[in-house]
Amino acid sequence: MEKISVDHRTIKEGDYVVLKRENVFKAVQVQIKRKVIFEKQWLHLDSVIGQLYGTSFEVAAGGTLQAPKPNPEKNPKETKEAGMDNRNIVDDGRSQKLTRDDIETLKEQGLKGQEIVQQLIENSSTFRDKTEFAQEKYIKKKKKKYDNTITVLKPSTRILALMYHGREPGKICHLRYDTLAQMLTLGNVHAGSKIIVFDTCAGLVLGAVMERMGGYGSVIQMYPGGEPVRAATDNFGFPEHFYKTLHEFPLCKVNLLLDGTLSLDKDQKETVSAVDESNGAMSKAPQDSVQKMGEEVEGEKDSAQASPEVDTMEVTSELPEDKEKEERAARRENKALEKKVKQEEKRKKHMEAAALLQGRNADGLVIAGRFHPTPLVLSLLKFVAPSRPFVIYCQHKEPLIECHTKLRERGGVIGLQLSETWLRHYQVLPNRTHPMLLMSGGGGYILSGITVAMDTATSSGPQKTEEPAPKRQKLQDTES
Amino acid sequence: MSFVEYGEYIQEGDIAIVFLGRESMFPVKAQHGTQTQTKYGVIRHSSDLIGKRFGSKVNCSKGGWVYVLHPTPELWTQNLPHRTQILYSTDISMITMMLELKPGSVVCESGTGSGSLSHAIIRTIAPTGHLYTVEFHEQRAEKAAEEFLEHKVAHLATVKNQDVCKEGFGVVGVADAVFLDIPSPWEAIGHAKAALKEEGGRMCSFSPCIEQVQRTCLAMDELGFKEISTLEVLLRVYDVRSVSLQLPDFGMETQVEGDPKETCTGQQATAICKSGVTPKDMAGHTGYLTFATKSLL
Repeated sequence: MEKISVDHRTIKEGDYVVLKRENVFKAVQVQIKRKVIFEKQWLHLDSVIGQLYGTSFEVAAGGTLQAPKPNPEKNPKETKEAGMDNRNIVDDGRSQKLTRDDIETLKEQGLKGQEIVQQLIENSSTFRDKTEFAQEKYIKKKKKKYDNTITVLKPSTRILALMYHGREPGKICHLRYDTLAQMLTLGNVHAGSKIIVFDTCAGLVLGAVMERMGGYGSVIQMYPGGEPVRAATDNFGFPEHFYKTLHEFPLCKVNLLLDGTLSLDKDQKETVSAVDESNGAMSKAPQDSVQKMGEEVEGEKDSAQASPEVDTMEVTSELPEDKEKEERAARRENKALEKKVKQEEKRKKHMEAAALLQGRNADGLVIAGRFHPTPLVLSLLKFVAPSRPFVIYCQHKEPLIECHTKLRERGGVIGLQLSETWLRHYQVLPNRTHPMLLMSGGGGYILSGITVAMDTATSSGPQKTEEPAPKRQKLQDTES
Repeated sequence: MSFVEYGEYIQEGDIAIVFLGRESMFPVKAQHGTQTQTKYGVIRHSSDLIGKRFGSKVNCSKGGWVYVLHPTPELWTQNLPHRTQILYSTDISMITMMLELKPGSVVCESGTGSGSLSHAIIRTIAPTGHLYTVEFHEQRAEKAAEEFLEHKVAHLATVKNQDVCKEGFGVVGVADAVFLDIPSPWEAIGHAKAALKEEGGRMCSFSPCIEQVQRTCLAMDELGFKEISTLEVLLRVYDVRSVSLQLPDFGMETQVEGDPKETCTGQQATAICKSGVTPKDMAGHTGYLTFATKSLL
């Protein structure tokens, strides 16, 4: 058992990791002999393989990461010379004697970050006049700039949500990490459930849901367009078996599915295009795949058409131009075959997803993205069982207000709540504790609720609207 | 059904949440022959609950109706009997994500209190994780253990009745995450570090007062914890309503012969729009959350 947990904690080739320097993160895949760029440096990640996750490395010349020394030196806390306040410190920009070139020289000489900071301190004419607090702040600031320590982290929702929010918020519709946290909890996302996810936040929300499912249960991703987007999901580095629980289903087939008229055996549009492309090169098409798709008739036709061409090709195969033609035809054939195989895989996946959705007993619905939430939720809620939570994220409040109204009209939901979270970080230092100077302006909004059995009778018992009627205006003798 | 697994129909012994309205719900244990009183009438368990689908509408004797919901840790938090001040879902969500909890995680927690966070943790770490929870108050520790049993999650939790500051969590080197919600967390940081796995883990301390936070951060730093970060998170709720705004009467456009007073049309026009109205009060503070990472290097 121990061996497995150690293995789990060790960096291996091919792993998806997150590089961290100060508060900057980047998700990369560990591949030998491959350079990655991070914080304006090119790095080789070969030396991190075999090390534990969470290890910090020094960037050596050439971009290799060096394993750290066993005992990192802590700044000796000797009583330094310090001033009382800044009344006599003039900020003329001339207190630092080292020039930019001098610092570059030091860097080239291979001086470590800490040593450069030491040099800066010694060459600053005002350092010893600063107060102790100002000195600490100065050291912290220089360390942040010159310390070249990179930590290799195991990906998690926390780290990836922080990364995306800091680096590419537009890709995730400005979903702030605390908002994502609320969604996962409000949605009661847990192992063994069946959750429907609509995610146009690069797949970050999907990944977060999958992490909380732990490979148990199933996740069905509904997607617009041709393919589901999962760039962020890959960054989580989930093991293979997690992907067995991940399904996808295209939005454009939802109505058919709801109608009960979805048939995935004969999809004429898809097969027609395949036939067009492979025309003239289908002579060697394997009969099994053709039969599976129910195109037996068309397939046979193709082979019949193709054979005379093949005959002519064989006859004239000695000439170089014809050899080229042969090769091109073979490539076309391969491509067409690949496409057919892919389409068959896709069809199978859609069938699996449809089977899961058909029961209309999903345990939850999570929507996050740039699509208008109202039509999405009104349609997708049909697949959710009663007494199950649903969560909708939107960067803007107004669409969710409309959604709230429409859901009230629809009925079959209780506990509707429109909310946002307010997040504030603190600096905690002796005698210097206060909230951070900069804080996030907003992190998006959430509309959440719980499904209940739909009302079939129009009136059964007293009306219990959750929304109190708007106050009536005091009218001033209008009825005259 | 259980708190970690959805069920479809209410069975004897199940907990169900009776929902009368947003501010009015309570948990009930389904038992044959039992009755539950509500302001809309009586609910007879044998005929009205057992065998019904979760989420159904149940008609009560006086003609009114209620919904019966499947329990979740979130609904439990809103309805559990308070033995202490509890953590609410907003903080719980943040803690869950920042401690990187997921199925299989091993977590140490103190104090157990009323079990609000405990239920949420158990739900997240199921089916393969474990929660070691420590409570120094004997009756509260017993009550927590009883509840876990009743909610069919006892196999996922171990309750210890001891003082975490003096004796720790009862386990060492096994936890992925540690959570502290105690008066003097700085006294338990050493035990937290010991409980965490050798290769590293995450910890969190929740304190209402900034002085506690300062002492805790110092202790974390001294014991080699990294990435020490303190934050607070608050929930802002909007009440979606139609609001009616009166439109002003600027008078007639053309002068009418006769009494000048007649220029006021006397029309009462209103415009209606949908708004997310803020409540009069909101929770302004629950506590500060301090997170940190234990790592080898």
